[in-house]
Amino acid sequence: MPINLTINGKPIQAREGQTVLDAARANGVHIPTLCYHADLSPVGACRLCVVEVEKMRGLVASCTLPVSEGMIVQTNTPKVVEERKFVLEMLLTDHPNDCMICEADGGCELQDAVYEYQVAWGDHKGKRHSYPIGADPNPFVFTDFNKCILCTRCVRACAEIQGRNVWGVANRGFNDKIVAGADVEMLQAGCEQCGACAAYCPTGALTDKPSRGKGRAQHFKKVTTTCVYCGVGCNFDFNVRDGKVVKVTSTRDAYVNGMALCVKGRYGYEFIHHPDRLTKPLIKKDGASHGDAPRFVESSWDEALNLVATKLAQHQGDEFALLASAKATNEENYLFQKFTRAVMRTNNVDHCARL
Amino acid sequence: MTNNIADIDNCQTLFVIGSNTTEQHPVIGTRIRRAVRRGAKLIVADPRSIDLASIATLYVRQRPGTDIALLNGLAHIILHSEWGDDEFIAARTEGFDEWRKTLEAYTPARVSEITSIPVDDLFAVARLYATNKPSTILYAMGITQHTVGHNNVLAVANLALLTGNIGKPGAGVDPLRGQNNVQGACDVGALPAFYTGYQRVADDAARDKFEKAWGVKLSSKPGLTVGEMLRAAHEGRVKSMWIIGENVAMSDPDAQHVVDSLKHLDFLVVSELFMTETAQLADVVLPAASFAEKEGTFSNTERRVQRVRKAIEPIGECRTDWQAVCDVANRISRITHPERSGAESKDATRWDYRSAEEIMHEIASVTPSYSGITYARIDARGLQWPVPNKDHPGTPILHTEKFTRGKGLFSPVEHQEPAENPDAQFPFTLTTGRILPHYHTRSMTGRVAGLEQLAPEERVELHPDDAARLGVDDGDWLRVSSRRGQVDARAWVTDRVGHGVVFMTFHYADALTNALTNTAMDPIAKIPELKVCAVKVEKK
Ligand code: SF4
Ligand code: SF4
Ligand code: SF4
Ligand code: FES
Repeated sequence: MPINLTINGKPIQAREGQTVLDAARANGVHIPTLCYHADLSPVGACRLCVVEVEKMRGLVASCTLPVSEGMIVQTNTPKVVEERKFVLEMLLTDHPNDCMICEADGGCELQDAVYEYQVAWGDHKGKRHSYPIGADPNPFVFTDFNKCILCTRCVRACAEIQGRNVWGVANRGFNDKIVAGADVEMLQAGCEQCGACAAYCPTGALTDKPSRGKGRAQHFKKVTTTCVYCGVGCNFDFNVRDGKVVKVTSTRDAYVNGMALCVKGRYGYEFIHHPDRLTKPLIKKDGASHGDAPRFVESSWDEALNLVATKLAQHQGDEFALLASAKATNEENYLFQKFTRAVMRTNNVDHCARL
Repeated sequence: MTNNIADIDNCQTLFVIGSNTTEQHPVIGTRIRRAVRRGAKLIVADPRSIDLASIATLYVRQRPGTDIALLNGLAHIILHSEWGDDEFIAARTEGFDEWRKTLEAYTPARVSEITSIPVDDLFAVARLYATNKPSTILYAMGITQHTVGHNNVLAVANLALLTGNIGKPGAGVDPLRGQNNVQGACDVGALPAFYTGYQRVADDAARDKFEKAWGVKLSSKPGLTVGEMLRAAHEGRVKSMWIIGENVAMSDPDAQHVVDSLKHLDFLVVSELFMTETAQLADVVLPAASFAEKEGTFSNTERRVQRVRKAIEPIGECRTDWQAVCDVANRISRITHPERSGAESKDATRWDYRSAEEIMHEIASVTPSYSGITYARIDARGLQWPVPNKDHPGTPILHTEKFTRGKGLFSPVEHQEPAENPDAQFPFTLTTGRILPHYHTRSMTGRVAGLEQLAPEERVELHPDDAARLGVDDGDWLRVSSRRGQVDARAWVTDRVGHGVVFMTFHYADALTNALTNTAMDPIAKIPELKVCAVKVEKK
């Protein structure tokens, strides 16, 4: 049974169980949010998404408000705007004025909301936190709780996406704080370094450590691809800058995995530009003088290919064997077996399927 | 996998056996955890109390290499308790009566003795799997890397047939394929007995088809498997090899033998990203482009063919493997058929592919299960084969109406002890695997600083009681030796492993676990028994 309601004077149909926020977004009505994320259970913590609803007292958070028949909703009244500005002003009273050097700049939901509502940076006299920056020694997730807005998206991402319970809120009034376990290091609290918390953090409080300082959202070309490690086949975006893979980001569009990745998929790309990469063909030649061990000498592709072809041509048939690769593409493996069968005239082709 | 990954959300019971899913297939592991969060029941059977065991409804620890006894024992209980799906058995299976007779010997008491799992636990597992449906079994190398690996797989299938847990949402048999594209490499024929799509080289019609498509005569004799290739190299029957992106000198059992075999070759060419232990043995090393540097596709464990996209130009002078193989093929043709080298020649033996996409067109044209795959169609979400034509939406769940062979066949399988059991001289059982931060021989993950920080060195998992007996503390150096070699590594004293069992990874060159492992293979699947061998453990 569809539910009929009115948003900003427009009649809208919604499904049972949808929230006002869902219904609004499904109909192209913009409502800003911070603690809400479509993948996570809604908590209604930040109140940025407030709306006015006829016959309801005060302003209501739309991300936790279920639609009901005949509801009349206004998403952009002066009262609503005033409340949203107030929410943002309050957040800024305890937030570093750091966008210039912040990892999140350009992809920060707080920054976007502050921009949208043009909230000025006040001269805040109140108390400010100054947590040590980057205090957690884990290799992949950079922590800066000065930029935390207590939206608890990290808490929910870790629990609901990764199925871990690393993060929690330590309730200490003004000093409410996101902590790992009993306020220990992340790894001690059972963190698997999947990076989901950083991916779901709307601000620069949790960010990817290996790519710090190497570029922000606006600098990257994104290329969607499939992970090279295990058989799950997660998809993610390479973030490329100046011809280099600088970072991996997950995307809700990834059909197999959504925003979830494991530590290798999200952070295991450094090998691509590692100085150990072989960059020229190598041919093993006898040592300079008699008795020296053979060594590899760099060669041109032509020289190497000619040598390979000459040698392999001498062993056509069952004297040749090719070990293909479970890391190579389908297209490559297809050519490997075609090469073995059609050119080398043998079925001696296999790969490490059994390991 | 018979079912798709997302189908885990439909399961009432998940039975994970021989898969350390949260470390080997991490994102499927998180999906299992999410299923448990929403109330699904989880059974874990593993010689190690892996992470999933901590959230399992039931955890049982079988002695390594006793999976058939366990699975047959569960079937025995299910039969005697009448928890089977008679309707499914009647309509969709055959061989039930003969199979049933072979189960009589697997009484709970005997199975308990073989597996060392308490009888009550056997009953509890059988009841949960058979009655809290739909149930799905997930397994990985813990089932297959045994001398009875093939029979293990059959025993898993028997259990699913008995309870009708197959071919429906939430009910499946899901082998988790290890490497990113091991599924695809098999699909496109990188196997000694099969062309693409599992068409047999020994089958006349299939061979005829490929001879026409490729314009050459083809051999009808199935080729050698990896292990057989290495043995043949050792014996001089194979004289030259091309190894592409596999570090066999470290990843394969009895590593010293592998190295000796490769040294016997007249000529070895290796295509690699890095100077691996295997590349060092080569006569020519070709620098390969990484996955970030090329277009193509991978097929994941749920048979989903997905795009790999080029993000950067190849590093230095690296070339994609498909270009390198074309380059070599053309040069060999020029040597062996100089008359064909004219540019105008339209010879089918010419290797002039211009793009990966063009190669996929050819794959689709000779592979029924890939027929409907084009880059345009798989752009957003990939497609799960079989995709028999260009309008077919792909196949998330296999065997919904019938099995590949028609009826599902119950296959009698008997428990058989591992090839090498502990004895007085080598009293421990060694079982091997991977850990979350690393992959295989670390040629990639070892070059990611943060992953090295998480797991910088080998740690031998050793039970606290065994450690006490040997006078070993956590972090002490151990010497682990088998009939084939010895390895030194530090101890991790933990009850993740049971009494008399040690666990090691095969990630580290300085603790070469595969110097210890046994090459004894499953006679059909030709998979080495990496999950069980006998070792001695001493404090160093
Ligand atoms: S977290 Fe967002 S608002 Fe805060 S400093 Fe960084 S970019 Fe600016
Ligand atoms: S990295 Fe993953 S496991 Fe670790 S705290 Fe963040 S979400 Fe949790
Ligand atoms: S991100 Fe992790 S789980 Fe996903 S495919 Fe890569 S290695 Fe596997
Ligand atoms: S987005 Fe609704 S309360 Fe935060």
